Formats: sequence, C-alpha cells, structure tokens
Amino acid sequence: MERTEAELIAAVLKGDSSSFEPLVQKYSPRVFATARRYARRESEVEDIVQEVWLKSFEKLASFRGEAPFEHWLMRLAVRTCYDFLRGHQRNRESAFSELTEAEEDWLERFVVEPNSAPEDSDAAKLLINRVMEKLSPQARLVITLLEIEDRSVKEIAELTGWTVPLVKVRAFRARGEMRKILSKIAKDKYL
Amino acid sequence: MNHSKLQDKLLQAARANPPSDQVPYAFEKRITALLASRKVEDKSVVWSRALWRAAFSCLALVVLLGVWLHFRPTPPSTETADDISQDFRNTLTAQNDTPTPP
Repeated sequence: MERTEAELIAAVLKGDSSSFEPLVQKYSPRVFATARRYARRESEVEDIVQEVWLKSFEKLASFRGEAPFEHWLMRLAVRTCYDFLRGHQRNRESAFSELTEAEEDWLERFVVEPNSAPEDSDAAKLLINRVMEKLSPQARLVITLLEIEDRSVKEIAELTGWTVPLVKVRAFRARGEMRKILSKIAKDKYL
Repeated sequence: MNHSKLQDKLLQAARANPPSDQVPYAFEKRITALLASRKVEDKSVVWSRALWRAAFSCLALVVLLGVWLHFRPTPPSTETADDISQDFRNTLTAQNDTPTPP
C-alpha cells in the first residue's frame, strides 16, 4: 500500500532517509520548472534543485504539517532561486549582447503593427529572457511571480517572506525597471 | 514605440512559454545517495567539531589560569602563614637536621 506524505515525512524524521525518495520523485517536476524560470543553464538548474532538496531534508523537522508539504517546499524553492539570483548578479551586469536577427525582426514587426508580432514565437521568448536577465534579483522575482505566474500579492508575500506592502513597492519598482530596460533596447536599436 | 504595450506583449510571451518540468533520469536516486553520504559525513563532522571545541575550551582555560597565577595579587604575608610553612619545612627536613650518631 502506498504511504501518505505525512507517513513518509514521519519516517524520514525518524531516520529513514530512503522515505524521502518518493517525495523527491513526486515534487521534482514542479521544482525543476520553478528553477528553470530563474536559471538558464541546465547545470545551474540542477544545482538549484539539488540545493532545494538538501535544504528541505535538513529543515524537514520545521515542517509542522499545517499547510501542504508542496507549499512549504515551494517556499523553499523560491527562496533558493532568489539566493541564486543574488549570487549571480555580476553575470547580469556583464551579460549584454547584441539582439539576434530574429529578435530584431520581431521588434520591427511590433513597431509597425503591435498586434502582428506573435507572442508565442521563439524571438519573443528570447527577448523576454534577455530582459528578465537584465533585471535586478528582486525585480525578476516579483515580475516572475506576479506577472508571469499570475500569483497574488499575498501569495508572493508568503513565498518570499516579504510583507504585503513590500511586495507592492517592489512590484512597482520592478515594472519601472523593466520599462527602463525596454526603452534602452529600443533606444539602442532606433536611435 | 509603446513601451508599456511591448512590456505586456513580452510578458504574454513568457506566460505562453512555460518552462519544462522535465526531470533528469534517476534524479531522485542521486538526491538519496547524496543525503546518505552527507549523513555519514555529518557524524564525523559533528564529532570533530565537538572535539575541536573541547580542545579550544581547555586551551583557553589553561591560558586564563596561567594569566591569573601570574598576575594574582600576592596575599599579605602573615606570621601565622609563615609559621605554618616554617613548621612544615622543619617537619620535612627534621631528619636531615638530626645529627647522626658516630
């Protein structure tokens, strides 16, 4: 018979580390998808996910079971991703490169007729990734959670450990930061 | 160029392309193995940390005692104290002081 999550967690806490494996198996897809939002290279993604699981194993005793394990784990995952972003700020500052031909074509189409530039194209995806990489860690985290994952301010506050007003302030600043980057790209291209 | 519209469009692009949730083969086995190896390592780390702490505490105690012994205020010499030490010395050396019979 398959054991429940609570039983698995209780077994891990008693010292049976093999009971942790089903939890890793079940939630790794979710953690990988989250990590891929913040890291581009697959080796970095794996490092982040590995750290999330090691941390969750170490801190499992602090899981009180009031909320689902998944919520607790995702909080840990988001905070680990944020730490990763903060640790790689230098890469962000130095990672400026020219737009690819596809990106330039997409931008030109947008300038001529905004609705004609398809949002599901690879060029749009490359462009948004480029913009996200230029954002500060805080701005990137807020934009990802609020605008891309469509989470509420309250949810973001719970995930990040920030207060609700702080999330709002950071979201406001993040949008401004993003617009600044976009205007810089436009300026480089059209001026 | 309308930056606000461009921003919305790019955010839509990000929403339309969610990241893959693919997990590398046998990833959970890797984590379990890592946890097992860390567990073994952890015991030795805890022991060595405890021993180092004990060693440093002992060293600190020795230094403190040494400093205290070196700089402690000398007790005022009283006759009684002198007498006792003299008595003790006399007792110890009594045998040497006694003249040996020829």
